[in-house]
Amino acid sequence: MTLQHLDTPPIPLSRDSAPGGSLLRRGAAVARHGLSRYGLLAGFLVLWQVASTMGWVSPAVLPPLDKIAAALWNGIASGALVDDIAISLQRSGIAFAGAVVLGIPLGLLMGQIPAVERALDPILQLFRQTSALALYPVFILLLGLGETSKVFVIFWATLFPVLLATIGGVKEVDGKLIEMARTYGASRLAVFRRVILPASVPSIFVGLRLSATTALLLLIAAEMIGANKGLGFQVMNAQYNFQIPLMFAAIFLLAALGLAANFVLVSLQNRLCRWAAPAR
Amino acid sequence: MGIHQSLLRGEVRVRGLSKSYSLNRNALSVLRDLDLDVNGGEILAIVGPSGCGKTTLLRILAGLETPDRGKVLIDGRPVAGVGRERAVIFQEPRLLPWLTVLDNVAFGLEVRGIPAAEGRERARHYLRLVGLARFEAAWPRQLSGGMAQRVGIARALTVRPGILLLDEPFGALDAMTKMTMQEELARIWREERVTMILVTHDLEEAIFLADRVLVLSKDSTDPARLIDVDLARPRDRSEPGFVAMRRRLMAEFGLH
Repeated sequence: MTLQHLDTPPIPLSRDSAPGGSLLRRGAAVARHGLSRYGLLAGFLVLWQVASTMGWVSPAVLPPLDKIAAALWNGIASGALVDDIAISLQRSGIAFAGAVVLGIPLGLLMGQIPAVERALDPILQLFRQTSALALYPVFILLLGLGETSKVFVIFWATLFPVLLATIGGVKEVDGKLIEMARTYGASRLAVFRRVILPASVPSIFVGLRLSATTALLLLIAAEMIGANKGLGFQVMNAQYNFQIPLMFAAIFLLAALGLAANFVLVSLQNRLCRWAAPAR
Repeated sequence: MGIHQSLLRGEVRVRGLSKSYSLNRNALSVLRDLDLDVNGGEILAIVGPSGCGKTTLLRILAGLETPDRGKVLIDGRPVAGVGRERAVIFQEPRLLPWLTVLDNVAFGLEVRGIPAAEGRERARHYLRLVGLARFEAAWPRQLSGGMAQRVGIARALTVRPGILLLDEPFGALDAMTKMTMQEELARIWREERVTMILVTHDLEEAIFLADRVLVLSKDSTDPARLIDVDLARPRDRSEPGFVAMRRRLMAEFGLH
């Protein structure tokens, strides 16, 4: 007797589609899933459109969605909003890349070597607890009103989520797995590469997703305070000029940017962590 | 030379071994002047109440902890740290969740610098031996507890250790799976003939598997006792000799 008869894996190894399942039934299942997941969102948008066209709310404040879509289309077709998207992506992209390039290696180092963490932790806590927006005037004085100060203030706020998540990920690696690797004679480097690094990847991605959100948040704040281009500037500017549909168009673009960044990171995480249950 | 070498493989000598821990600034002695000889290819079970130092002894043999005094010799050479002639099987499978079952089994070879293709070939052999050949591409999270533990056993066997150190390897499994696993381990031992040192709190498991049983007591000043298990293999749990041995071992613990 072998054990195969006794235990069956708790999760099926392959998800074959049900044999003989009709296309119609599958279509219905997809529709039901879609409704349960996106029904409320669709209802919200329909309510917005109806409330605005029927005059339940002032269309000047909440314009109907078709007006917003038209403003969005005009902005993109004329190229005006495209420039704003490009400059906003550039600012947040450079800052985010800088935070990743510094934050992940520094986090791995601090998580691995307690002496480094002990020495750096107090100053990092001080920096982290000081609002980046409060420091923005300081950065402007130091770096000028140009692109550098904007990118730097975004970088400043974006660094901490990924750094702290990386440190946390490294420190939370199961010591029993490290001990197991040691009993097979693994060197320090091998333990780091084969155990600590892969074990930290899920927490690093949590940090990356938080950092991406922070980057967009700070982008808008920086662009509202001292810029003449960019999506954040466009939101403020459209409001000053009472171009409310254009304002909402810029807001929707920002939301789309956030969703896209999250989607890219989640897809990347699921690719890298096929061993874990999929993240959402 | 080759035969001579294999006769020597896996012989353990423990001399004057002592270890104590400090607990609230009081020294708590768990092992005191322990002498022990384990012959190559035998199965020795270590039993005793919790806190008697059985796991500590195993961790010293594994090189994960250093004794305060005394020494451990393996095939005549003193032990310093972990070594390639020993492999440890823990109570939990300790599989790496990001490696497939096959790569987990090959992990020990990989960190020892064996080329990946050769490592996987050897890993496949031991995966067949524990009856999990069909699951080589699975992830650890897809396995049941018993299956995961068998993967851990395959991983330890793949490095072809002379000595297998087992720390309550089936302690976390249900009774049915546990009995099947004990039979599997006895079969693997017949095929591989490695020295096994098995820490367990299950007296029946000790009698079923071991050639000799080392009984440690809670009070480290009491000398440890060695009991021979003279029962023919494969062993039958309901045979009179087995039952008598269990009664005798239980008497050692004052359990009548």
